[in-house]
Amino acid sequence: MAQTFSMIELKNIKKAYKTDFTNLQVLKGIDLDIEEGEFVSIMGSSGSGKSTLLNILGILDEYDSGKYTLAGQLMQNLSEKQAAYFRNRFIGFVFQSFNLLSFKTAVENVALPLYYQKINRIERLEKAMHYLEMVGLKEWANHHPNQLSGGQQQRVAIARALVTEPKVLLADEPTGALDSKTSSEVMDLFEDIHQAGKTVIIVTHELDIAQKTERIIRIQDGLILNREI
Amino acid sequence: MFDRDTWQEILGTLRKHKMRTFLTAFGVFWGIFMLIFMLGMGSGLKNAVFKNFGNRAKNVMYVWSNATSKPYKGFQPGRVPRLNLEDIDYLYENVEGVNYIAPRTTIPGNITYKENAEAYDIRGELSDMITVEGYKVYKGRYIQPSDVEESRKVIVLGKRVAEVMFGKGKWEDAIGKYVTANGVEFQVVGIFGPEFIQPWTEDDLETTVIPLTTMHKAFGTAGRIHYFALSALPKYKISDLEDQVKTILQQRHYVAPDDPRGIGGFNLEEQFDKMSGLFLGISIFLWIVGIGTLIAGIIGVSNIMMIVVKERTREIGIRKALGATPGVIIRSILIESVFITLVSGYLGLLSGTLLVGAIDFIMETNNVSLDMFYNPEVKLEVGIGAVVILVIAGTLAGLIPAIMAAKVNPVLALKNE
Ligand SMILES: Nc1ncnc2c1ncn2[C@@H]1O[C@H](COP(=O)(O)OP(=O)(O)OP(=O)(O)O)[C@@H](O)[C@H]1O
Ligand SMILES: [Mg+2]
Repeated sequence: MAQTFSMIELKNIKKAYKTDFTNLQVLKGIDLDIEEGEFVSIMGSSGSGKSTLLNILGILDEYDSGKYTLAGQLMQNLSEKQAAYFRNRFIGFVFQSFNLLSFKTAVENVALPLYYQKINRIERLEKAMHYLEMVGLKEWANHHPNQLSGGQQQRVAIARALVTEPKVLLADEPTGALDSKTSSEVMDLFEDIHQAGKTVIIVTHELDIAQKTERIIRIQDGLILNREI
Repeated sequence: MFDRDTWQEILGTLRKHKMRTFLTAFGVFWGIFMLIFMLGMGSGLKNAVFKNFGNRAKNVMYVWSNATSKPYKGFQPGRVPRLNLEDIDYLYENVEGVNYIAPRTTIPGNITYKENAEAYDIRGELSDMITVEGYKVYKGRYIQPSDVEESRKVIVLGKRVAEVMFGKGKWEDAIGKYVTANGVEFQVVGIFGPEFIQPWTEDDLETTVIPLTTMHKAFGTAGRIHYFALSALPKYKISDLEDQVKTILQQRHYVAPDDPRGIGGFNLEEQFDKMSGLFLGISIFLWIVGIGTLIAGIIGVSNIMMIVVKERTREIGIRKALGATPGVIIRSILIESVFITLVSGYLGLLSGTLLVGAIDFIMETNNVSLDMFYNPEVKLEVGIGAVVILVIAGTLAGLIPAIMAAKVNPVLALKNE
């Protein structure tokens, strides 16, 4: 039996959105294990809690109870500063709507996470350039996001997510805003990243996208349904 | 903290929102500009008033006599005590802290030079009145101690007297010439006038001065003096001497100790202190108004920063998702706020100072002289104080928006619209 290392370990994670009148239990006890280097997708109907789960994985959101261990470290009761540290060092996040800063060029956008590591400018831009080249956008380095196509913007966002060499790459419907041809290009990129050994988790509701991953995790009514290929 | 990246980020955002930045900056600019301008104008007013005090000694009281209002030791009320030179000697010997005493006796006179004859007052003085009043000597000298000791027949002419007697452009010729005053010949030794020509100092141009001792000998004024100015040594306060002097004179001239009249006095220091107090009040008022204007500007900055934070919620959310700590976010908003306040405030400070300086310069080069306005200035301490206030204000203005920014929830900020 091959020795595997559990990258993400969720034990009975619960999360509710409480308002004055309602108490919406979104996650009702998620148990999940994702190993280092896995390429998985999370599927489920709209409102089933996929984004909520991914935000918890990405330390953007807190959970109510349970245990979340990321790369062997328990993610619990983190201060804002600690959370920022883990987001920066452990997580690369890719959004459906790219979320690039419009007033920065592609290469500056990619370099931004390194700014929060207090890496000097020259080194930052060098690294950012390297990752831009990896996603095939070296020539577009000095363009602003509004001069790029959707697919190109998403590739810049992926480069930005990778630039800190995070342990996990999380993507919330990364192809949701792209046409099918561009979608498949972006998925090829994720495949490459996976091949390079990174743990990649993608939320999607498109089956053909999900089928490009190694494992599909289905979520329904706040619970993991089953595990299949 | 102030690395190139921080500046690039800040300048980048400011450049992106030029109009907004300008409007924000203008509020602060205007606040500081008004503060400096008003303080400058206030100093102009103050300098004008204190200029009227001029070189005149400030630690000085004036003493004269007038009709008593109470009977005392067999004397009826309504008697006017006659001050004399012996009083002066007595005060010199018995009051501690006297610097000098400058008495004056004035009689109507007739001054003649050749065929020119004109009526002018003749003042009899010792040598110190010039120190008290800060007179300007245009030519020659004023009365000297030796003139008084030897009862010399010397005379100092007011400038206008010299002009009338010797001709408009030839007043300087008067020095050394002999004029006749009330039938007695005097040699002109000096031409003088007031330090600043004002309606209430013009008298000094149209009068003549001779040694008091000469006056008593030549014109039968019998040792009398009409009033005297007494100046205190620097270590003494004139107000402390005032009662002593009055009591001595009351005793010497049989005036009831509780009579408010008989011996009259006027204390310049008191007036000076009152003026100083008044201008301190005006200064404080101007600061309050100026700082009020400034606060309005600062609140403007704070508001704009608030809008900036709201507008940039998404951006802040992105930055947080990428690993920005709350500290980094607070810092960048604060620096932006302080930067706007400081730059615009500095420009306001500069323009305010330049405007005040320009007014001063124009008034000086064009010899504009206003009674109530002179030499406006902005003190260095005011400038430094303003800059300190700006930094504090900028920090305060940015604080609430910065805290707001730090609290941005990345999940909510990044929700797709
Ligand atoms: N901040 C919030 N406050 C209250 N309710 C929320 C909040 N965020 C999400 N929800 C609710 O929680 C449920 C799960 O939301 P979530 O965004 O995780 O769904 P999702 O599976 O990502 O759906 P989709 O496929 O549409 O993106 C939804 O019913 C949603 O309305
Ligand atoms: Mg979602």
